[in-house]
Amino acid sequence: MSQATKRTPLYELHCALGGKMVDFAGWEMPVQYAMGIMGEHTHCRTKAALFDVSHMGQVLLHGPDAALKLEALVPAALTQLPEGKARYTFFTNHEGGIMDDLIVANAGDHLFVVVNASMRAQNIPYMAASLKGIDVTEIFDRALVAVQGPSAEAVVSAHCPQAAEMGFMETLEALIDGSLCRLSRLGYTGEDGYEISIPEADAERIARLMLGHPDCEPAGLGARDSLRLEAGLCLYGNDITPTTSPIEAGLTWAIQKRRRAEGGFPGAARIMTELADGPARKLVGIKPQGRAPARAGVVVHDMAGNTIGKITSGGFGPTVAGPIAMGYISVKHAAVRTKIQLIIRGKPQLAEVCALPFVTQNYKR
Amino acid sequence: MTTYYSEDHEWITVEGDTATVGITAHAAEQLGDIVFIELKEEGDEFESGDEIGVIESVKAASEIYAPVDGEIIEANELLESNPAALNDNPEADAWIYKIKLTDPAQLEGLMNLAGYKTFIA
Repeated sequence: MSQATKRTPLYELHCALGGKMVDFAGWEMPVQYAMGIMGEHTHCRTKAALFDVSHMGQVLLHGPDAALKLEALVPAALTQLPEGKARYTFFTNHEGGIMDDLIVANAGDHLFVVVNASMRAQNIPYMAASLKGIDVTEIFDRALVAVQGPSAEAVVSAHCPQAAEMGFMETLEALIDGSLCRLSRLGYTGEDGYEISIPEADAERIARLMLGHPDCEPAGLGARDSLRLEAGLCLYGNDITPTTSPIEAGLTWAIQKRRRAEGGFPGAARIMTELADGPARKLVGIKPQGRAPARAGVVVHDMAGNTIGKITSGGFGPTVAGPIAMGYISVKHAAVRTKIQLIIRGKPQLAEVCALPFVTQNYKR
Repeated sequence: MTTYYSEDHEWITVEGDTATVGITAHAAEQLGDIVFIELKEEGDEFESGDEIGVIESVKAASEIYAPVDGEIIEANELLESNPAALNDNPEADAWIYKIKLTDPAQLEGLMNLAGYKTFIA
């Protein structure tokens, strides 16, 4: 691993737990532990898993009208976001593509923003340059830990009773073992759970406390990817990119009514046209009929052999117990149950368009 | 009966001019949970270094490269129904091919067990 790779506050813990470390977006991260991706995935779906997501960028926005100003960069309605609530959104570019997806939380006197690891270097300076009169502060001294799964509430509330009272997409500050943490009830697995921002010095101790619960095991980036794929959640850089619009990606739900009517975000012209007329292609679920996984880059044909799209994420779904994929397909072939062909290693393999997600999302409502 | 090892992490156990080929336990561990294997058919001929199959783990697809020249006599049917056997028992039940050797002299270019252990150390 090159000297330039960075380590999170939980690096020592990963090594102690037998994590297999890989370079991910410039960070040394565990792709899996001894249990393996399948075991970790299943543990998260049935009990609880702890993920280190400290490589993601945590940012504080302080200043007057921060929500209003941020609305100039993203299509979510943020001025109506109540204190203690978080919302999923994305930076759009002037062509209506996506430059990153992010979570924005109203923390009362400031906004708390989490961006992808690979986009920290681009989007944090972008916010700083674009948000006049707002202090954009990147946090370097806090870990971010996700506890996900049906037992997540039991695992976290054992050390933080307030966690049990939180609803989906709610955020608050609370003490965990004497350390002031920010908990948000959300995640990237399709399961109930929390993402917890923890002061660096306390991160390993608190992670070990959570892992001390009999239902909680560590999980790596491998399981994180298979969990999010089954849950139909987009991966930035694969399923959403600077050339894919949120309408094509099926993210219309994340553009609230006022913003659809008013526009006022980068790329609004394309996005509002696609809202009115429908997009030319759509991100769909794809279920290969055989056993061969179809991975990102696999070309999709119709049954007559014409190219109609491409897979953007694909692999094996441990809960589905078979191969699953997502990809962009021209709208006339995008209806559920349409038969398609995937060109895997030069050979056509039969597949079917299916609804997303592949598994039921189990969020706390 | 002698077993040789390749730098692509295959083992090849030779009896006369036929051999059994598989992947090493080290390879299986590096691949992680194996979910699919695509194999060549009986009668297919290949040269050393040719791709003679693909192993898909949860993480990624990896090619199997022929350690020597030969012809496929039999592909292990067990692996089609139970690819995970490659994780459980890669150096015994979960062999991949039985092959006929074209040029047994090529075996001299492979490693013995001690050499392979040094190679992966």
